[in-house]
Amino acid sequence: MSVDAATVRRIAHLARIAVAEAEVPHLQGELNAMLAFVEQLSEVNVDGVEPMTSVTPMEMKKRPDVINDGEITDDVVRNAPDTVNHFFLVPKVVE
Amino acid sequence: MTDLISMTIAEARNGLANKSFTSLELTDAHLAAIEAARALNAFVLETPDKARAMARAIDAKIAKGEGGPLAGIPLGIKDLFATKDVRTTACSKILGNFVPPYESTVTSQLWRDGAVMLGKLNNDEFAMGSSNETSCFGPVVNPWRREGSNTSLVPGGSSGGSASAVAALLCMGATATDTGGSIRQPAAFTATVGVKPTYGRCSRWGIVAFASSLDQAGPIARTVRDAAILMRSMAGHDPKDTTSVDRAVPDYEAAIGKSVKGMKIGIPKEYRLDGMPAEVEKLWTEGAAWLKAAGAELVEISLPHTKYALPAYYIVAPAEASSNLARYDGVRYGLRVPGRSIGEMYENTRAEGFGDEVRRRVMIGTYVLSAGYYDAYYLRAQKVRTLIKKDFEDCFAKGVNAILTPATPSAAFGVGEKGGADPVEMYLNDIFTVTVNMAGLPGIAVPAGKDAQGLPLGLQLIGRPFDEETLFSLGEVVEQAAGRFTPARWW
Repeated sequence: MSVDAATVRRIAHLARIAVAEAEVPHLQGELNAMLAFVEQLSEVNVDGVEPMTSVTPMEMKKRPDVINDGEITDDVVRNAPDTVNHFFLVPKVVE
Repeated sequence: MTDLISMTIAEARNGLANKSFTSLELTDAHLAAIEAARALNAFVLETPDKARAMARAIDAKIAKGEGGPLAGIPLGIKDLFATKDVRTTACSKILGNFVPPYESTVTSQLWRDGAVMLGKLNNDEFAMGSSNETSCFGPVVNPWRREGSNTSLVPGGSSGGSASAVAALLCMGATATDTGGSIRQPAAFTATVGVKPTYGRCSRWGIVAFASSLDQAGPIARTVRDAAILMRSMAGHDPKDTTSVDRAVPDYEAAIGKSVKGMKIGIPKEYRLDGMPAEVEKLWTEGAAWLKAAGAELVEISLPHTKYALPAYYIVAPAEASSNLARYDGVRYGLRVPGRSIGEMYENTRAEGFGDEVRRRVMIGTYVLSAGYYDAYYLRAQKVRTLIKKDFEDCFAKGVNAILTPATPSAAFGVGEKGGADPVEMYLNDIFTVTVNMAGLPGIAVPAGKDAQGLPLGLQLIGRPFDEETLFSLGEVVEQAAGRFTPARWW
């Protein structure tokens, strides 16, 4: 399988990465090189094989449902590019 | 005092214990070495004040006989580990001046045991790379050069800063991470020892995530014993990482010097590649002979799905990366590039903040997870991963204790030499190491010799799950036979 220019633009949008029109052919080439490389997986017989969901067999651990953190609002917002009164600021979302 | 920096951790530990020198003296010697080696670009942030403060504090403890297993040992920390109040960037522009209000579990355990932090080490952006050329701080230079040449060589990646700094005697050991070979490949390129522990052995909490089902932290050091010393402090259960395993941490150092007599060592025939340099092949045969001379039994084994590990990795790892890196949105931390809408702000921020390699992988990961392609790519790759793991399980079930392979298909290459036209050319560096991550196994890279141009080459040993001890015992045999290799100082 390979991707065309329109697919490259669609993937870029899904990934929320702005891609200039001039970069599309170059990216298309790179993505197709990667897709050509992984193409060999289609020759593997995977009938009846379970997909790996856990690298080491382990039971999902559960922690007690208790408050174990909090009162650290200053820490939470301290690296934010734009805040006011402990809120993150973003461009207007609702008109 | 220059010989303070060429000691091993084991030697420095003795020197500190019998008061031959202080941690402050040891730390100062390393800080001076770092300052004199800026040409290597191994450190992206030097923290001399913090280092001296930590050294003074531990000296006071040592005086009272309190120390700890790593008391006073100066280390470098890969910039993927969150360090409280110390800038952590994953060497990406998108994290900008991120200063974590918390400490990663692995580094907190090193400080608990008395280690001293010298600074943060360069790496490929988000650990995506095999040459340390994708870092937003620029490439790291390998302290090794080809005989009679001034060409700058890469130290490998993604833990290139860690490997370069340890090899150049800038720190006694370093933390590193390995998703597809990022500890073992740079170790092999710099004649250092690198350990990728079993998945779940070290906590991933506080380490910038790349591909969560593959990422594992481990040490880079100058000897197998030093790596074992560091591993003991880094490993251990952490309730904050649900994939961290609740299992006692053994005294890895006790495995050094233990007999390997009667151990069954597998030599996988699928690792003998067409076009493999004769030197790599020769070294592999030599390594097998050393283990045999130490009493191990060598058996040819088959890992039939080996050739599919790298392609499957380049589906699984980017898929997980595209999901993990969705958090970089310009809202809560790091870089923000304005836009007219929130969507445009996300897109501009991520376009400006991610480098080419990261963008490529996020995009391929997005594609293989997208509607209509998930089954053909991602699900199939996860099934192939099950088969790769089964290959290893079948060998271990037949009594194989460990597997010996070359660490890399070649020695270090020049800065800018690879991957310019085709990204896959760079990916092939990890062909011998990536299977280990796919199967969640432990692996160690040990320096074993040099190529015709005088560059180091390493051997890799792959172990059963949670049997790092056997790797340390076997690694020690290789180290004893091969000797140690130090680069001639030019910087």
